[in-house]
Amino acid sequence: MSAVLEVSGLKTHFFTHAGVVKAVDGVDFTVSKGEIMGLVGESGSGKSITGFSIIGLIDAPGRIVEGSIKFNGEEIANAKEERLQSLRGNRISMIFQDPMMTLNPVLRVDTQMIEAILAHESVSKQTAWERSRDALGLVGIPSPEERLRAYPHQLSGGMRQRVAIATAFLNRPDLIIADEPTTALDVTIQAQIIHEAQKLTRQTGTAMIWITHDLAVVAGLAERISVMYAGRIVEQGGIDDVIDRPLHPYTVGLLGSVPTANRRGKRLFQIEGMTPNMLDLPKGCAFGPRCHARTDACGLQPPIEDIDGRSLRCFNPQRAAEAVK
Amino acid sequence: MSDMTAVTVPVAEPSPKVETPFQRFRAEFFESKIATVALGVFLIIVLLAVFAPWITPQNPYDLAQVSVMDGRLPPGSEAFDGYTMWLGSDGSGRDLYSAILYGLRISLTVGLASGVIALLIGMAIGLVAAYAGGRIEAIIMRIVDLQLSFPASLVALMMVAALGKGVDKIILALVIAQWAYYARTVRATALVERGKEYVEAAQCLGISRFRIVFRHILPNCMAPLIVVGTVQTASAISLEATLSFLGVGLPQTEPSIGVLIANGFEYMLSGRYWISVFPGLALLFTVVSINLVGDHLRDVLNPRLKK
Repeated sequence: MSAVLEVSGLKTHFFTHAGVVKAVDGVDFTVSKGEIMGLVGESGSGKSITGFSIIGLIDAPGRIVEGSIKFNGEEIANAKEERLQSLRGNRISMIFQDPMMTLNPVLRVDTQMIEAILAHESVSKQTAWERSRDALGLVGIPSPEERLRAYPHQLSGGMRQRVAIATAFLNRPDLIIADEPTTALDVTIQAQIIHEAQKLTRQTGTAMIWITHDLAVVAGLAERISVMYAGRIVEQGGIDDVIDRPLHPYTVGLLGSVPTANRRGKRLFQIEGMTPNMLDLPKGCAFGPRCHARTDACGLQPPIEDIDGRSLRCFNPQRAAEAVK
Repeated sequence: MSDMTAVTVPVAEPSPKVETPFQRFRAEFFESKIATVALGVFLIIVLLAVFAPWITPQNPYDLAQVSVMDGRLPPGSEAFDGYTMWLGSDGSGRDLYSAILYGLRISLTVGLASGVIALLIGMAIGLVAAYAGGRIEAIIMRIVDLQLSFPASLVALMMVAALGKGVDKIILALVIAQWAYYARTVRATALVERGKEYVEAAQCLGISRFRIVFRHILPNCMAPLIVVGTVQTASAISLEATLSFLGVGLPQTEPSIGVLIANGFEYMLSGRYWISVFPGLALLFTVVSINLVGDHLRDVLNPRLKK
């Protein structure tokens, strides 16, 4: 499988008055054609900023300071704005968290969808309209002609997210970055949306980065998973490997804190402490102070190591896995 | 996850009646009786002004039709030409009913023209400021602040003094006096809209900056702009009347409402109230009806006041 996206050593920093926030600090991953990669982490771990770095929409005072983003072999980190604009919505699309906010309230659905096509291709309005209608049908919206004429406020949340997904798929992109697309929806709608997204990536061969904090969503959806903490990927690997046998203490803690049927009656595992202040990260391993498996070695920054076909940033993977049992 | 097509069925909603934002807005607007009446009064005033030449007995601009013999006649008197002057006549023999309707034409033209031009200019400048940001925004907004620190009537007075008399010059003066209000409103709204997620989403679709500003941000700024527009148009009409009353606005030969009020001013103490009072009432009705409509528009268009 060919790599659609290769991110290596990506660093996106924000130069604020209070200091430099290293929101993304050395992230590497690869996404292949048709693959869904889950990017998991808590709020402020840099997962959304990673997404925005790829699509080239980092606003001042932030910027990509280092690293490379290769999209179909082309370097797009800090590429020219015109080039990025021609990729956005065309080859790389994005789906956002809150469907109430991402559709323009004063424009009809058809206006917004047709516009997304015409921004990249010179086809007739009629063709664009037909493609929009077919796209809505593809994401399971009944009577798409009617929905096209509607204004966003006339659609339910799930319906709007379907419209957003249909819009993202309109130009058959090679890569879709979905930034917590199901967080604002209730669980049944969430399941439907995940199903539609999975179906579409399979049909079109589009690669997808699914950013979320919800491990359950990723477990049922993605093929590979990257766990982020404080701007770095701490564990990355095949979904079954990571979910069944987590090696990094942070992943262990995250998975341990999810209630499951076979842990009924037992206390859930809890990660100590709070998320670190991004302006003042602990020395060495950023997760060190909260880690249940820390040793003296953790005062140094652990390097990325390949263990069992996954990459890991931890000195004591064995201790981490044993602690929860 | 194998087959979830059955799950997709419940999302079918009863198909909503496609209702445009404009239809919703219209329904809400006519809920208020006062605003409906005010809008009605304003429309009647506009119709009277538009059809003035066909519904008035005299053309006050045509000196051949104006006779000094008819001067200062009280309401209900018969003119030398045989028609009844229901509102009386002024010092130079103009039928006040005719003069008021012709005066309203000028006042409304001046008010609407300067309102629309100032709106367009202020809107463009405000949008540029909001979207450009940085130094350009700072410079534009300091100019706006500077201008708004002077009363509009003072700015207009200075401009008219510099430009001279005439309808076009009055309009220009009013535009210069009022664009800053629009610029400030648009910039404030556009800044809020620019931070919203739909703008980011549009950027992610690769839509050009120009289109984002004019197709996406601008329509969302229309609500406050319409409100400021109505209020500023009313204030442009009264500003024009003020300037004409002070004698720097329109010439005697083309009496606007302000000129008519000024003409009657010297007769007030001699009991000939009608020369000033009737044009004054016409101005009052016009400005108050526009303001009432504007007030209600603000209530309807402001999402924070929604029930």
